[in-house]
Amino acid sequence: METRDWIRDGLRAMAAGLFSIVLAVLNIPLFVLFVVSLVLTPVLGIGLVALPAVTVLIRAKANLARRIAGWHGVSIPRPYRPKPEGVRAIGWKRYHWVITDPATWRDFAWLLPGAIGGLVLGILTLALPAYGVEGIVLLPLWIYLAEGWSGYGVNWPIQSIGEGFLSLPQGLMFLALGLVVAPYPRRFEGLWAKLFLAPTRAAELRLRVTQLTVTRADTVDAQAAELRRIERDLHDGAQARLVSLGMTIGLAEELVERDPETARKLLAEARENSSTALVELRHLVRGIHPPVLAERGLDGAVRALALTSRIPTTVDSDVEGRLETPVESAAYFAVAEALANVQRHSAATFAYVSMHRVGDLLRLEVGDDGQGGADMAKGTGLAGMERRLAAFDGTMSVSSPPGGPTIVTMELPCASSSPRTMLSSGTD
Amino acid sequence: MRVVIAEDHALLRDGLTRILEAFDHEVVAVAGRGPDVLPTLLECKPDVAVLDVRLPPTFTDEGLQAAIAVRREVPGLPILVLSQHVEPLYARELLSDRRGGVGYLLKDRVSDVAQFVDAVQQVAGGGTVMDPEVVARLLDRSRPLDVLTAREREVLGEMASGRSNAAIAGKLFVTEKAVSKHINNIFTKLGLPVSEDDNRRVLAVLAYLDS
Repeated sequence: METRDWIRDGLRAMAAGLFSIVLAVLNIPLFVLFVVSLVLTPVLGIGLVALPAVTVLIRAKANLARRIAGWHGVSIPRPYRPKPEGVRAIGWKRYHWVITDPATWRDFAWLLPGAIGGLVLGILTLALPAYGVEGIVLLPLWIYLAEGWSGYGVNWPIQSIGEGFLSLPQGLMFLALGLVVAPYPRRFEGLWAKLFLAPTRAAELRLRVTQLTVTRADTVDAQAAELRRIERDLHDGAQARLVSLGMTIGLAEELVERDPETARKLLAEARENSSTALVELRHLVRGIHPPVLAERGLDGAVRALALTSRIPTTVDSDVEGRLETPVESAAYFAVAEALANVQRHSAATFAYVSMHRVGDLLRLEVGDDGQGGADMAKGTGLAGMERRLAAFDGTMSVSSPPGGPTIVTMELPCASSSPRTMLSSGTD
Repeated sequence: MRVVIAEDHALLRDGLTRILEAFDHEVVAVAGRGPDVLPTLLECKPDVAVLDVRLPPTFTDEGLQAAIAVRREVPGLPILVLSQHVEPLYARELLSDRRGGVGYLLKDRVSDVAQFVDAVQQVAGGGTVMDPEVVARLLDRSRPLDVLTAREREVLGEMASGRSNAAIAGKLFVTEKAVSKHINNIFTKLGLPVSEDDNRRVLAVLAYLDS
């Protein structure tokens, strides 16, 4: 088992090494194209068109290098500035955007060192196993027999046929050694690429600021809209009912002596009205912050939700104690929305919710056995969920091939506040 | 009857006291905070307790927890739980000891004073009273109920809320005989054990809906 593992890793690393040599060579024409486009900018403005085009290629190449580094355990985020508004396919604005982004120049600076690094490390990866294979096929022996002179490993030069045969065990050793060490140059190449291709601290901060600005604007918008909705609901609902309640009771008060029968009817009507107002208020409250969430936290609230779902729903959760209120609420509404989607669209016969803490990450999964075909790009529900989660640095992904099943995965950073032990053994 | 009330809002506490006293019941103690509820109940051993779910200091569900805890100490102690909202989850927890003497109602129901006092008495007598909204939400998700006719579903809903045959007959404007015929049909169709005991009947129906 273990043997198979290092052989597999070694072979993979060798394939990657071969690939890296090819890719390294590709850097050279990109370097030339970039320099030529830059130089040609004053001449007829050719560079205005060519440079952004070449940059697209360079970025694709650099992103490939970032991904490959990722395979070898070196994570390199993308540093590019987002495209400003009003940038068209061709024109000065695009040129300006590309040329003022420091990441463009850092990519450019990487092209040659990246090529050299890729070549050297690729050859290093392949050389030792190749030398091993040379020994295994007894190539030194054949050369010795043909030419009268050859050498391999410790037998340098080879002085007899017997010594020639010694290249076989040595070759096996070299091949094994080559396979074992092959992954290291790969990782080193990743680190080498990271030196050039990772965002600088400034770029990282700038990306973060952009992201925070967007999510903050979304949050503020959503919150304002929510407050407006609540205000309208209260104004048209409970408030209006209380006014009419006061009027009805006032009238009953007037009539209680003169016409007790009508007064009694009015009072019954008033009671009816107060009930309706309460129903409306309850509905409103549930939309703002469900009472069961306040009382039981995420775990209990999601269980309560599953209990009344029209589709049989199981809940598997190890989220104990209470989370921070905003995170709890965001997570709850995300799960509620996902479950509502299951009921509305999936035609499923079964659904599940799983909620787990992985370190400081809350991982939520809502799945069903329905017909699939849910798309983040289509419909506002999923996109809205993603936006709301983004305010907490949460992420969401949807896997829903046609024919199902659908799995919505959400992740939210969270830190639990004081865990609260429950008196009840209640829920199962 | 001797009643204990646990409610933190002074207005509602006074209102409940006034209503119960108007019907000649004695309010022997009132608790305003969660931690006080259990000791008060154990000390007073009332005929029935009326508890609010959400109480200080944590304003979560200490009233409900106290209800479950006290029934562990004094099995079957009649408890009527009141709340601003009802959850089938909480109903399940209250009913999990499979004993009667449990009620779970929205606070709004208090405004129908006669019916509320009736519910308190029913609970004190070992009956089970479930808020129609809990029942409606359970009915709403139960698929096997398709075998029932619309009328039978209506009767089932009333029965699950804890109403007697006479009360159901009065509400649906049919004879008691018709009601018991419907009930027989329901029990046969759902495969529930027939029972003459009203309370066991209610528990069986709720357990069925909650399964």
